[in-house]
Amino acid sequence: MASGREIKTKIKSTQNMRKVTGALQMVSASKIRKAQDLMKASRPYARLMRKVIAHVAQASTDFTHPFLTERENVARVGFIVVSTDRGLAGGLNSNLFRRTLTSIREWQGKGAEVDVVAIGQKAVQFFRRIKGVNLIGSATHLGEKPKLEDLIGVIKVVLDAYSDNKLDRVFLVYNDFVNTIVQKPSIDALLPLSLVATELENAEGKTSEGVKVEQTHDWDYIYEPDARTVLEHLMTRYIESVVYQAALENLASEHAARMVAMKAASDNASKVIGELTLVYNKARQAAITQEISEIVGGAAAV
Amino acid sequence: MTHTIRVDIVSAEAEIYSGEATLVVATGELGELGIAPRHAPLITRLKPGHVDVVAANGERQQFYVSGGILEVQPQVVTILADTAARAADLDEAAALKAKEEAEAALANRGPQMDVAEAQAKLAEALAQLQALERMRKTLKH
Repeated sequence: MASGREIKTKIKSTQNMRKVTGALQMVSASKIRKAQDLMKASRPYARLMRKVIAHVAQASTDFTHPFLTERENVARVGFIVVSTDRGLAGGLNSNLFRRTLTSIREWQGKGAEVDVVAIGQKAVQFFRRIKGVNLIGSATHLGEKPKLEDLIGVIKVVLDAYSDNKLDRVFLVYNDFVNTIVQKPSIDALLPLSLVATELENAEGKTSEGVKVEQTHDWDYIYEPDARTVLEHLMTRYIESVVYQAALENLASEHAARMVAMKAASDNASKVIGELTLVYNKARQAAITQEISEIVGGAAAV
Repeated sequence: MTHTIRVDIVSAEAEIYSGEATLVVATGELGELGIAPRHAPLITRLKPGHVDVVAANGERQQFYVSGGILEVQPQVVTILADTAARAADLDEAAALKAKEEAEAALANRGPQMDVAEAQAKLAEALAQLQALERMRKTLKH
């Protein structure tokens, strides 16, 4: 049995560890709220953007944007993977990467090449090591308050590749924040938009908020300067807002996952401390009993 | 007959204004635009500049936008404002930076893995996590 002092140092170091995990848990708990506020603040933009896109889809233009047309031959697939910068978040990133890899494998099985754009340090570290996957862009250290500007670069890399026919399909991978306990790894189709557009119109019909456009007659916008330029701009902004939202969702998920992981770690530390204390007390008692019996034995011998 | 038009001004990071107005003035790409209720559907890019909103009660409010999109429907005006100054060359620089970052990451990537190998490793790590979780639960009782 270990000596009393050894056990005591072990208890002490476990207590220190519990302090650290406890602090991390509290920090994450407060950051979840902030991340959720950010998510809430960005929602009106996304909602109005979807509305405008739905209107545009209904307008009878003679111009169809390349982002809206589906390509028959899919030779290259792009993934935008949103991950965290830091670890200690349980299985959050691992789960996400595993789902991504499954999807990547499927596409590779169909003979498509795969390009990845990584957002967050963890995704960069992971995907740069995978063979047969090209890392074409990355953005890291978005911090606690991600800014849209930080994401413009990576999004442009993807959009340019798509416009140049270097990518035929683009997916967005991130952790969807359902609630503090549940974060769902999601793979959403981002480009071409036609896959998304039908969903949008359905959602629009269901919520029926705001002013609905009458579809009784053909109408079209007055485009300034022209349809192509405006739609190009609109689509770019739309994609940006979708990716930005994903980054915010992922941020909230990160804090939630870390909070849960750190709570588990603190609980474990408490349990270890309890067990060690028990062992320590037993050892102490044994030592005292031994001492007494030695004294008694000694006294008897005299 | 409506005498007001609904105005929503939002940026990707916050909601800026929402309410009824009798007139909206903004700087479109082809010049200043004054939008009154029942304007024809219009969609345009905005130049950096101010947006004036004359609210239903005659109050005048001014906002600055650094660009964005203005959409007019018969009863609603939507302004999707940009959060920062945007220009083609600025975006280009950002894209270049993103590419360079990726290349820098690739330069010191260490040993490579197959997709299958990586999958297996991840599965293993997750299984370990789950096993720990189970152990924790059984220990509790």
